[in-house]
Amino acid sequence: MRSNKSAFVMTLYILFLMLPIYWLINMSLKTNQEILSSFSLWPTHLTFDNYKVIFTDASWYNGYLNSITYVVMNTLISLAVALPAAYAFSRYTFMGDKHLFFWLLTNRMAPPAVFALPFFQLYSSVGLFDTHIAVALAHTLFNVPLAVWILEGFMRGVPKEIDETAYIDGYGFFAFFRKIFMPLIASGIGVAAFFCFMFSWVELLLSRTLTSVDAKSIAATMTRTASASGLDWGVLAAAGVLTIVPGALVIYFVRNHIAKGFALGRV
Amino acid sequence: MKKTHNQKAWFMVLPVLILVAFSAIIPLMTVVNYSVQDTFGNNEFFWVGLEWFEEILHSERMHDALIRQTIFTSIILAIEIPLGIYVALHMPKNKGFWSSLCLVLVALPLLIPWNVVGTIWQVFGRIDIGLLGHTLDQLGITYNYTQDSTAAWFTIIIMDVWHWTSLVVLLCYAGLQSIPDAYYQAAKIDQASRWDVFRHIELPKMKGVLLIAILLRFMDSFMIYTEPFVVTGGGPGNATTFLSIDLVKMAIGQFDLGPAAAFSLIYFLGILLVSWVFYTIMVNSDKEDAQ
Repeated sequence: MRSNKSAFVMTLYILFLMLPIYWLINMSLKTNQEILSSFSLWPTHLTFDNYKVIFTDASWYNGYLNSITYVVMNTLISLAVALPAAYAFSRYTFMGDKHLFFWLLTNRMAPPAVFALPFFQLYSSVGLFDTHIAVALAHTLFNVPLAVWILEGFMRGVPKEIDETAYIDGYGFFAFFRKIFMPLIASGIGVAAFFCFMFSWVELLLSRTLTSVDAKSIAATMTRTASASGLDWGVLAAAGVLTIVPGALVIYFVRNHIAKGFALGRV
Repeated sequence: MKKTHNQKAWFMVLPVLILVAFSAIIPLMTVVNYSVQDTFGNNEFFWVGLEWFEEILHSERMHDALIRQTIFTSIILAIEIPLGIYVALHMPKNKGFWSSLCLVLVALPLLIPWNVVGTIWQVFGRIDIGLLGHTLDQLGITYNYTQDSTAAWFTIIIMDVWHWTSLVVLLCYAGLQSIPDAYYQAAKIDQASRWDVFRHIELPKMKGVLLIAILLRFMDSFMIYTEPFVVTGGGPGNATTFLSIDLVKMAIGQFDLGPAAAFSLIYFLGILLVSWVFYTIMVNSDKEDAQ
């Protein structure tokens, strides 16, 4: 009885989540004419032309390549600086550690809208405007604090005796960190990478402000095309569907850690 | 865990510090700089002190945006938190194909770029080509989110619920997973009702993650920009102009740097204050649990 009710609730909720996505996929498989002239729950004249446009037009597929480039750069930078910091926070007390930790978190709370204009000026003045690295660095604003927070949560769960035993066994710090500690918190690193990927991938305001041509992200490409050519619904829908794909793949890989990851390792 | 006192740990934090200083402190100082100056162009600035702050604090425009923002955040918190808990209680518990599938599907909206979320709902709500708009229209309900502010609010709220309830679900689900089976068996022996199980076993175990959920949802909904920008552009009129949208209009649209900068600082400090309260509660409850 109870499991039936659960299945019912879940079905209803998932249906609610999937309907708008289904509608987008439905639209991406129709021609513009069909979208605007008739109302149908599924495509009557199935067409893949919208997807063809995206895969053959450089201004579209470069958007995806640019986005993936800065997202990967951001993930690597964030993890590289967050790992030692999270280790320090989880193992040692030092002057001002609690204040520093909260101050880091405040950057996750900063509205990107506040930073849009200063970032634009800062990166223009150092000649980084419209480069991938500019967006990657800008996104570290909220991803580094998050990565530190998640990693610290996972590292707290590793007993300190392991560190001490390793030192007694003659491991140096770096050897210990690479060979023993990192494998132990592998799932934490995976979850942190997932979150960096996610927040960098979904962000629009900063990536749009900091790029114009060479590093234009797919999100910016979509908004600009929508306003310029007006009503190419089919292509817009196809572009939307393709932006969901990387996210879905990434979720699939981390599905077993995702729940704990969303709790930032703090369950 | 007992931590060692070690000042050298600062060196491990240093890279983060340098990076965040570059991407947070320098831009923030620019904002502070603008907030106390005025310009007639040509990069000539002069000192105006706190005038902009006074102007912003007394401006109708800021008050209205703040009120709209507060109402919006309250509504979505009131819907998403209970709904998220409710759905989490019904997630499949045992590991297997179905629970993996549920997890992936539930998490999916969180991974969609925010402007695409906007696009999805912009299309979905249209009367001519969208399923939701068309259905409502067929039912005889007047629904036009570009003209009617009630419909615009409805669209934006349901979009946010669609987009973010899953975060609450996943957090609560993680909290529920950490409850040992023995607790439920004990409750069964005591013949506890379903409500008692929830009230005395599940809710206390979820307290920590629920605080995170409320903190995250508060922060993010208070900063919401992309989704309403794509769907309604802040309209009709100013009906859905939330703080971030207003700020971007002011800073980049009208290039009123002084007021926009003052606005930014007040805005940031406001979020900071509320978040700090949450954070303190959270850290304290962490400590209680540890004892």
